[in-house]
Amino acid sequence: MIEFDSVTKEYPDGTVAVGDLSLRAPTGEITVLVGPSGCGKTTSLRMINRMIEPTSGTITIDGEDSGSVDPARLRRGIGYVIQHAGLFPHRTIVQNIMTVPTLLGWDGGKAKARAMELMERVGLDPAFADRYPNQLSGGQQQRVGVARALAADPPVMLMDEPFSAVDPVVREGLQDEFLRLQSEMGKTIVFVTHDIDEAVKLGDRIAVLDVGGRLAQIASPAVLLAEPASDMVADFVGRDRGYRALAFTGGQVRADDEPTVPLGASVEDARAAAGGARWLLVLDEEGRPAGWVEPAKMAAPASADFLNRGGTVARADGSLRQALDAALSSPSGRGVLVSPDGALIGTVPAGRVVEAIEAERVHRTEGGAS
Amino acid sequence: MISRIFGWLFDPANTGAIVSRTLEHLQYSVVALALAALIAIPAGMYVGHTGRGRFAVVNLAGAARAIPTLGLLYLMVLLLGPRLTGDVAFLLPNLLVLVVLAIPPILSGTYAGIDEVDPAARDAAKGMGLTGREVLLRVEFPCALPLVFSGLRSALLQVVATATIAATAGLGGLGRFLIDGLAVRDFPQMAAGAILVAVLALLCDLVFGLAQRYAVSPGISGRTRRRTRRARRERDADSGASASRTERDRLDAGASAS
Ligand SMILES: Nc1ncnc2c1ncn2[C@@H]1O[C@H](COP(=O)(O)OP(=O)(O)O)[C@@H](O)[C@H]1O
Ligand SMILES: [Mg+2]
Repeated sequence: MIEFDSVTKEYPDGTVAVGDLSLRAPTGEITVLVGPSGCGKTTSLRMINRMIEPTSGTITIDGEDSGSVDPARLRRGIGYVIQHAGLFPHRTIVQNIMTVPTLLGWDGGKAKARAMELMERVGLDPAFADRYPNQLSGGQQQRVGVARALAADPPVMLMDEPFSAVDPVVREGLQDEFLRLQSEMGKTIVFVTHDIDEAVKLGDRIAVLDVGGRLAQIASPAVLLAEPASDMVADFVGRDRGYRALAFTGGQVRADDEPTVPLGASVEDARAAAGGARWLLVLDEEGRPAGWVEPAKMAAPASADFLNRGGTVARADGSLRQALDAALSSPSGRGVLVSPDGALIGTVPAGRVVEAIEAERVHRTEGGAS
Repeated sequence: MISRIFGWLFDPANTGAIVSRTLEHLQYSVVALALAALIAIPAGMYVGHTGRGRFAVVNLAGAARAIPTLGLLYLMVLLLGPRLTGDVAFLLPNLLVLVVLAIPPILSGTYAGIDEVDPAARDAAKGMGLTGREVLLRVEFPCALPLVFSGLRSALLQVVATATIAATAGLGGLGRFLIDGLAVRDFPQMAAGAILVAVLALLCDLVFGLAQRYAVSPGISGRTRRRTRRARRERDADSGASASRTERDRLDAGASAS
């Protein structure tokens, strides 16, 4: 656990970047520091590994005052990932990842094996091992940055807007993979972002900081969205927080059977299966939803090339937000629900998801009242 | 005229003198450059790493261009000559002038190279637990090498060209052909001397160019450019792939948010 105890940082020019901050980042969890630009997130993070020294207050890591440990030694035991990866341009990818193990005096073969293993785990092609950072895309460099921070298997990771500099599509992939990694590793992570959506997606706990580095609220994402403690927090978490909060609402929705055809089905089969409906769902070889077709407009068998893939797919055991999004984004207006292995369960219209949301809300508030 | 210059250059009677004068010239130049590098590289590293003395370095480099070399040489000979005896009385002032000449480009090259290191790389290095010294030696300096080399190479060109003045202070080197040629109005000899200086300078630069190729990581020298273009293609393909991957993820689960 990382614990801030009345930590203040005043820069020499008089700027109070962090004011009397006390908070805990529990072991094995992702604690996100979020807040508007300039609110002291980076300063708070960098005080943990003593890149910045607090003006007053103490920070303890697993009970040990970080101020009492030699800074270089402290940092070797803490993973550190920053916005622009900060890879060493003169070193190959594998050499970059081996940095801390080498500092710690690991045997070269062992360090290299570890680096190769990590490349695999963060989703990098091992063929990149002997390339240089300038040969990689921003997203790939960021993966290397994460692998490098994990190399010596530190229990604690500090991450400062690691995914902010890549485009949204790549960012989403990196976030998903980061969550998968964390579910395997269970590190104690302090993660800085200015993006509330990222905070909600990644955080087990979210600390909202206000300008001047004051803690406005610290809570789980669901609580933060449902019960913002102040106007500042409410403003910051945004107008569509009601919709976002659905991500944390599970609930049962009944799925209708949906007529389907397999990929490659003929025009006649598709028209027969649709039975007059405008849209027809097509399944791939493994029975997973591949997309929608309009049988009336088909001129050739249903091939992957002309499927409408506009609709998202929700897990039947997932959140109501996904179910609602699936329904709203589906060209047919029927949201596709699947089992955990991706097989089709059925479809659900938006209206029924909204009913389920309402039922869930009533259930919760009445449960709270009694 | 040209044939008379070549006649002089390839006259077997001159071969011995050409070889020994070239070696003398090379010796002055290399010693001066080595001394200058020994002073300027560590100083540039210090200034680049700490940021202290930045102002001095920047101004020194400018001011040094205005130093009249010959004037400085005579001044040194006048000042130091009486205190020294023998060849050293001329050798030392001469060497000092060359060193003074060579320091600014090496110093500002080294400083600029380190100053221009990606701040993110520096920050990451420190954050991973490299000590200040390790950051300097393992990250900053290797990344600064291209500019260190360009400083060394421009210093070397100046030193080789300027080492001709050694002859005016009574020493050897290729400058002798210019001075001696002038004394007897032997223009082919003078022209040949000038050509030899130029050729020597170019050869030295070539050697340093090869050393630079060897010393600088392909990751910063840009020698990966061809492969980089390929990487960029793959990158485009990759972002296409990741786009469709995300698309599939959404189809697969859409569960990532919970
Ligand atoms: N080295 C510094 N000297 C003076 N002020 C600084 C310094 N670093 C940051 N600040 C100021 O401290 C405040 C917090 O900065 P920072 O922690 O970087 O915020 P954030 O990461 O939340 O954007 C800002 O007002 C910033 O201008
Ligand atoms: Mg910041």
